[in-house]
Amino acid sequence: MAYNQVTPEIIAQLEKIAPGRVITGTDINPDYGRDEMPIYGTRMPDVAIDVLTTEEVSEIMKLCYANNIPVTTRGAGTGLVGGAVPMMGGVVICTSKMNQILSWNDEHFGVVIQPGVILQDLQQAALKRGLMYPPDPGNKLSTVGGNVSTNAGGMRAIKYGTTKTYVRGMTVVLPDGRILKIGENVEKTSMGYNIVQLITGSEGTLGVITELVLKLIKAPKIAISVLAPFEELNTALQAVPKVFQSSFRPTALEFFERDILIMSEEYIGKAVWPRDIKGTPIQAYLLMIFDGETMDELDPILEKLTDFMLEQGAMDVMIADTPTKIKDIWDARGVFLDVIFESARLYDENDVVVPINRIAEFVKFFWDEAKQYDFGVNYLGHAGDGNLHIFAVSNDMDEEEFKVQVAKWMTSMYQKAKELKGELTGEHGVGGGKVEYFQEYVGDIAYELHRQIKLAFDPKNILNPGKVCFSYEELGLAPANV
Amino acid sequence: MNILVCVKQVPNTQAISIDPVTNTLIREGVESIVNPYDGYALEAAARLQDKDESIRIVVLSMGPPQAEAALRECLSLSADAAYLASDRFFGGSDTLATSYILSECIKKIEALENIKFDMIFCGKQAIDGDTAQVGPEIAEALGLAQITYGLTCELKDNELHVLKETEDGKEIAAIGFPCLVTFTKPDFEPRFATAKRRFAAKKAEIGRISADDIPDIDRGKIGLKGSPTQVRRTFVPEVKKGGTIFRDGPQDESVRSLAQMLVDNNIVATVE
Repeated sequence: MAYNQVTPEIIAQLEKIAPGRVITGTDINPDYGRDEMPIYGTRMPDVAIDVLTTEEVSEIMKLCYANNIPVTTRGAGTGLVGGAVPMMGGVVICTSKMNQILSWNDEHFGVVIQPGVILQDLQQAALKRGLMYPPDPGNKLSTVGGNVSTNAGGMRAIKYGTTKTYVRGMTVVLPDGRILKIGENVEKTSMGYNIVQLITGSEGTLGVITELVLKLIKAPKIAISVLAPFEELNTALQAVPKVFQSSFRPTALEFFERDILIMSEEYIGKAVWPRDIKGTPIQAYLLMIFDGETMDELDPILEKLTDFMLEQGAMDVMIADTPTKIKDIWDARGVFLDVIFESARLYDENDVVVPINRIAEFVKFFWDEAKQYDFGVNYLGHAGDGNLHIFAVSNDMDEEEFKVQVAKWMTSMYQKAKELKGELTGEHGVGGGKVEYFQEYVGDIAYELHRQIKLAFDPKNILNPGKVCFSYEELGLAPANV
Repeated sequence: MNILVCVKQVPNTQAISIDPVTNTLIREGVESIVNPYDGYALEAAARLQDKDESIRIVVLSMGPPQAEAALRECLSLSADAAYLASDRFFGGSDTLATSYILSECIKKIEALENIKFDMIFCGKQAIDGDTAQVGPEIAEALGLAQITYGLTCELKDNELHVLKETEDGKEIAAIGFPCLVTFTKPDFEPRFATAKRRFAAKKAEIGRISADDIPDIDRGKIGLKGSPTQVRRTFVPEVKKGGTIFRDGPQDESVRSLAQMLVDNNIVATVE
């Protein structure tokens, strides 16, 4: 497969399509050549275009399709698997300026937005109307288009589901420039293949999303946080499946160990969390959110939960029910990733999912495995859904050696996750960083089906090439500066 | 031993914004919280109680009935009992009248509970008034020795040793009993409420003290009429705009330009 270079003639044509918004060469914002996981490679595009309309995107795609030029779509660039990095060069379409909320349907719990709307803007705008957009991935400055492209999850997934649950329809520009408008905001559809859900989570490989029809729900009036400290991680993790077995319905159920909490509190310069109970050090925490309409409704649940947690071996149970306390408690959790990004020169990550009753086994496995390597490990996890974020970090290792060692470690973790009947990635996607692992994980038949689907949408393989189910190498192009 | 902690319910001033059109405070929907400095005072008491479970902590607040919420929060953290001084005759009190009322309430609680307070802890100031007068004035009204700007404290040799902030550092001051200490922000935050305490606090009875409950109180010294402070006018300070920022060029050059400007404007005499 041979892609063509972007010529001055093509740039001139692009300039006609998006006047004044076609940026080339060194004028392109350096961020457009990377996401938040640069270990999977960085590369600047030849051209970057801040698009404004579906029609513009369509014209750009027609031009690039006719000329065999790779196109990569990006939003805020907060991905963690190199998904939006234009590793084959060519054109980057940035949807960040398509950031308008187009219409609300409060009676019908729906909203139509452009893909560049920032997640927290949508969440806050919905809340002002008494509505909630439940998907809640960690990076609130990500774009909703990006969230849809990776089927992002977040902490509230255990009660409300992941992004896909709220994607009802979309306008998509196909690789050849055709505009597809599909899906309506209704609860049921049994009409043919579910193309909306196929494009959701396809990481920008099947089409360019230019409009989204999203479902909303009525916002719960209150949400309070419950913290349960434990002397031992295993005791904490053993309690997790029992939370659900005992019919508690937390909105979020997170866990983490002492070390990352202390790192985070040092990072924000505020020590709020308890670190010991009556002189006994806390080793692990379960942090939960419960939401509802009134405190009178929640209080009996919380009383039962308190007794339940103490029976499960919690050292104590603490409740944060005022905005200040809740903010205090979540501030440290909110910076976990920043702490890792800023404290380590080299980092790589996976976000495997394992059944919630196997988390403890998996955590022990990766710690044991990591002992033979030179890098450090930081991790945290969504205990309620078994989705972990496990980082290898180093400041002093040689980059190549780091990559070699981490690859071995990652491979062992993916094998283990498969053995435990888990998944390769819970919410970050395959991107460019995990194509090989993905092939191995899903097996030949599923991988081949993925490729056939990709080629049905994109026979020339020009849209976000080298991601999900085609590797850079097999496209015949060693990326310039991986 | 018995500790009385004075707390005030205040609006969360960090959450207050100014209406850009009318230049007035937007108070709507602003959360009411326990004055953070009072929270540090309560935490100091709680840490003494952690070491000696026989210590009893009583919290006292003066305010409208809704200030009960602040007292319940204190109960959920570490307080054993709570009292609210609430009466329309108390309304409009300035710091002198407030400290007089609180000191009379303290005597009343001592009588009700049949105890004597060994220590009275206060926040150094409330974040809504910022006067830092009420604590020291209570000490004065009750004739107690006092230490201000406390950070942490411990019981030692029948004295209270208080690590306190000073102009140029920290020092440890020892004080006998009974005493009053005001607390500022230490390098830790108060504990979280435990669920068990929180549920108990919700149901707890909070003692009410009205003016009638203190027959000896001098009604000429309380409320708006009893307050010598008169607020003539309040205003929003003018926001100064503009200014010069020296940031082009190397750092030492910027510093030199700034120094020269200070000299030119007679703000400093010379710069070496």
